[in-house]
Amino acid sequence: MQKIGKQTIKLDTPPTILQTASIVGPKEADGPLASYFDQCLEDEFWGEKTWEKAESKIIKETVAMAIAKSGIPSEKIDFCFAGDLLNQCISSSFGLRELNIPFFGIFGACSTFVEALCMASVFLEGGAGSYALCAASSHFCSAEKQFRFPLELGNQRPPSSQWTVTGSGAAIVAKSGMGPYITHITPGKIVDMGIKDANNMGAAMAPAALDTLITHFKDTGRAPSYYDAILTGDLGYVGKEILIEMAETKGYNIRSNYNDCGVLIFDKEKQDTHSGGSGCACCGTVFSGYLFKMLQQKKYKKILLMATGALTNSTTSQQGESIPGIAHAVAIEL
Amino acid sequence: MEFFNSIDWMQMLRCFIVGGLICIIGQILIDKTKLTPARILVIFVTTGAILGGLGLYQYLVDFAGCGATVPLTGFGNALAKGAIDEVAKSGFVGAFIGGTKAAAGGIAAAVFFRIYCISYCKAKNEKAII
Repeated sequence: MQKIGKQTIKLDTPPTILQTASIVGPKEADGPLASYFDQCLEDEFWGEKTWEKAESKIIKETVAMAIAKSGIPSEKIDFCFAGDLLNQCISSSFGLRELNIPFFGIFGACSTFVEALCMASVFLEGGAGSYALCAASSHFCSAEKQFRFPLELGNQRPPSSQWTVTGSGAAIVAKSGMGPYITHITPGKIVDMGIKDANNMGAAMAPAALDTLITHFKDTGRAPSYYDAILTGDLGYVGKEILIEMAETKGYNIRSNYNDCGVLIFDKEKQDTHSGGSGCACCGTVFSGYLFKMLQQKKYKKILLMATGALTNSTTSQQGESIPGIAHAVAIEL
Repeated sequence: MEFFNSIDWMQMLRCFIVGGLICIIGQILIDKTKLTPARILVIFVTTGAILGGLGLYQYLVDFAGCGATVPLTGFGNALAKGAIDEVAKSGFVGAFIGGTKAAAGGIAAAVFFRIYCISYCKAKNEKAII
């Protein structure tokens, strides 16, 4: 393992993503990627009394499914890195309290899933263990309640707003294996361009995504065309266009192989999801469900997964603070 | 039939157009500004109260009836009117009790239906709301 360039880590004996699992809610089940997810829920309560309990159950069951699919007994998993959007990361800590695996609760807003992959890779490559678990979850109803308005208010959503994905994605990372390998990680810096609208997260996060993207290319010496696909977590339609345009002004053309998980997960016209999906589960489920299968089927051989996060909370929004953005990138190759 | 004959269709049209225009202003504020719905609500109520206090809103009520009294501005107007009327009756203290008195029906109904809703309904995602 070595640091190359400004902020990229090259993993010399790259860890393998052994297996993934994903569970999504009913809205995602109506979307174009439905067939790739392991389980689609019929309602967002899933038999629980509150949305928070439902979210905890979703991450718990997703993790259990990832462990079962990988065939690795849970006692052999050395560390768990997980996070979500709710205050103090309660979905993960309550959902995984019976897991009995050493637990690191992490918060990177919607970038949490890739942050977990970054941490797990460094832990495993450093020799701290053989297997690590990465998971992230989000829930539309609990996120709306916490970050914007309670659903009971029945608020109208502006066109730039995004739809928090209900669901969870989990991955088992192994120190050695047959790939797909995590070969490089580029942790991002906090970038704040002064955007204050909690209903326009894509625009707030796009500058952070640009910073990480360009740094990754400069550090690794790679060009955008090196990757079969470059995917951001949840910039949505608004943020995606901003990123493409900003990258172009910096001399990087990503138009042909770039897309956004938030754009992929919903059908904008049919599902009235405005600017697209968002939330920890957006990148988490699209990677665990769709992208991992594309890698397994060798339809993609090299991808750059870059999850974006808006590091805001409801108090800072009410106090008129701007929204700091962040983006973490992992290069996953066969 | 008598009921139909008794309807003032022109009055209904005026009511529809004025009420609709007030709502269009709200929709434009939601779509084109970054104001939160809570702020828009407060702007509507205070605008109604100011116009009512200046005696201007009454012209709109006379013209459009429910088209002017049902939207939030009408609630603000009722608050102002109630306060002014009560001052005439019971003096200075009327400024504090008059508004609430005039709007009591609306306030009690809001509390009642809210309790009714949270007792019998559970919020779901937007599928159910639309």
